[in-house]
Amino acid sequence: MKRLVLVLVLSLLVPSTYARDSFKVAWSIYVGWMPWGYAADQGIVKKWADKYDIDIEVVQINDYIESINQYTAGGFDACVMTNMDALTIPAAGGVDSTALIVGDFSNGNDGVILKGKDSLKDIAGQKVNLVELSVSHYLLARGLESVGLKESDLTVVNTSDADMVAAYATDDVTAVVTWNPLLSEIEAMPRSNKVFDSSEIPGEIIDMLVINSETLAANPKLAKALVGAWYETMAVMSGQDEAGAAARTAMGAASGTDLAGYEAQLASTKMFFQAKDAVEFTNSAALKETMKSVAEFSFDHGLLGEGAPDAGFIGIETPSGIYGNPGSVKLRFNPEYMQLAADDKL
Amino acid sequence: MKRLVNLSPSRPAALLFGLIPLLLVLGLYIGGSNARLAENPNDKLLPSFAQMGAAIDRMALQPSKRTGEYLFWKDTQSSLIRLGLGIGIAALIGLFIGLLTGGLPVVNASLSPLLTVISLVPPLALLPILFIVFGLDELSKVVLIVVGVAPFIARDLQKHTMELPRELLVKAQTLGANSMQILVRVLLPQIMPRLIDAVRLSLGTGWLFLIAAEAIASTDGLGYRIFLVRRYLAMDVIIPYVAWITLLAFLLDYALARLSRALYPWHYKEG
Repeated sequence: MKRLVLVLVLSLLVPSTYARDSFKVAWSIYVGWMPWGYAADQGIVKKWADKYDIDIEVVQINDYIESINQYTAGGFDACVMTNMDALTIPAAGGVDSTALIVGDFSNGNDGVILKGKDSLKDIAGQKVNLVELSVSHYLLARGLESVGLKESDLTVVNTSDADMVAAYATDDVTAVVTWNPLLSEIEAMPRSNKVFDSSEIPGEIIDMLVINSETLAANPKLAKALVGAWYETMAVMSGQDEAGAAARTAMGAASGTDLAGYEAQLASTKMFFQAKDAVEFTNSAALKETMKSVAEFSFDHGLLGEGAPDAGFIGIETPSGIYGNPGSVKLRFNPEYMQLAADDKL
Repeated sequence: MKRLVNLSPSRPAALLFGLIPLLLVLGLYIGGSNARLAENPNDKLLPSFAQMGAAIDRMALQPSKRTGEYLFWKDTQSSLIRLGLGIGIAALIGLFIGLLTGGLPVVNASLSPLLTVISLVPPLALLPILFIVFGLDELSKVVLIVVGVAPFIARDLQKHTMELPRELLVKAQTLGANSMQILVRVLLPQIMPRLIDAVRLSLGTGWLFLIAAEAIASTDGLGYRIFLVRRYLAMDVIIPYVAWITLLAFLLDYALARLSRALYPWHYKEG
């Protein structure tokens, strides 16, 4: 009896990866991921899932990191995340993951704000509030590099994103690094200056849909359905007609703002509305350079695990070549399915 | 036939019965961990004991590469100072208010409704206000614990003060004691063991607020570390930290219980 219980519990704990016909996808609120919620609400995901004769459940998780942790633990087949988190959470955790859809990159959506100072150099010696080990931290590191400073020149205070705006309202907090919509809210406060943002490192903070590589290999149908649903949604939301405005209004409302607020966020996001643009971006040699820089940052901060001897410990496969150890590739950029969408073959 | 309600296990048997569920949980964990690690040697969700041992070694026994500090002890020290200050101040405030409201009906009439209202407000929901008034540094973390715990202690002591036998007060008065003397010499000693009990009961809440405060804005602390390494699913660090917090909480509780028995043996006499 005890054995039976044990076996039952184990089978729940161990993720299974063979061919199936029902899948779970997790997403969380962010300007570039709102289309998932819209696609699920409008039945676009269901339409594509039916076309390939599978079931796809799209689940919104309110805590971004928790959604990635759940994905890494095997609770979801695919999940939205940034390129850096894809490397440091699932890939570093040994879960071979593939960037199926490269949705957008941050083009001003992440930024550094100083209170009462107007140059990034002034950040030296200050306490800087940010979500430690997040893309904000990466952005700060890249910004500091650009003005010849080091992280040891300042003090990083880990601050929860939910409390960032309230924290900035206090006198103690003079420097923050954060993302939209918090960024624009903080920038609107008195004496606030944005001194550095992600448009100065374009293409380095990438938002994508990541899928378990084994699930992908066993279930190409899932990938086709997801990519199909995504680009259909892109076509709707990028339209300048009434349907496009209605889609953007719905996404804005779902992310707690309105049409104008959502469009302002879209303006600082480089969305790949066309599959061919996403394919071109994925195929570019710059992606490999970006991932090298992300891997080096992650290694410096101990995010690749204590066993990692160097930044190339985890191999990253991009169409322009592999960065790091080719024997342990755990993160792959695969433009194959986006190409199918670009060629209209889904 | 002996009824089940009258059947109590002998001491060794009781020990064994107590151990079985613990061992079962441990066994399930090891089984689950092994199964997941067999599937994926880099799995982070259920680390093996060897992995957790390595994490403890790294955090507690070796200086951090970046700052040269022993992170585990630094975190423990910061957290215990915050918790100690928070609970200590809350106990003082609670004792003061509880004694006055319980002992002086005039004070009770004016403070009691406010106290009831405050004790029902969830402090975490008011965080932005706490930040703006007390800043983001150590002070606001201590204040969060105080705000969360003091009303509970105050109400508990108020209740116990009011429940003390009326005869004690009458007797003291016939012996010529004034109000001050009754408060300090009769009521205060009577409720001291109650204060320690209330502190023991509120320690759990205190830890909760401490960890919440550290998760919000911090540079060190046990709660800070747990929420930080959660970003890369380092359960090999989180599980030992949680075990350590449990142990610390147990030791604090035990120490307070012993302290209470040592200081106020009369409180524990039967009859």
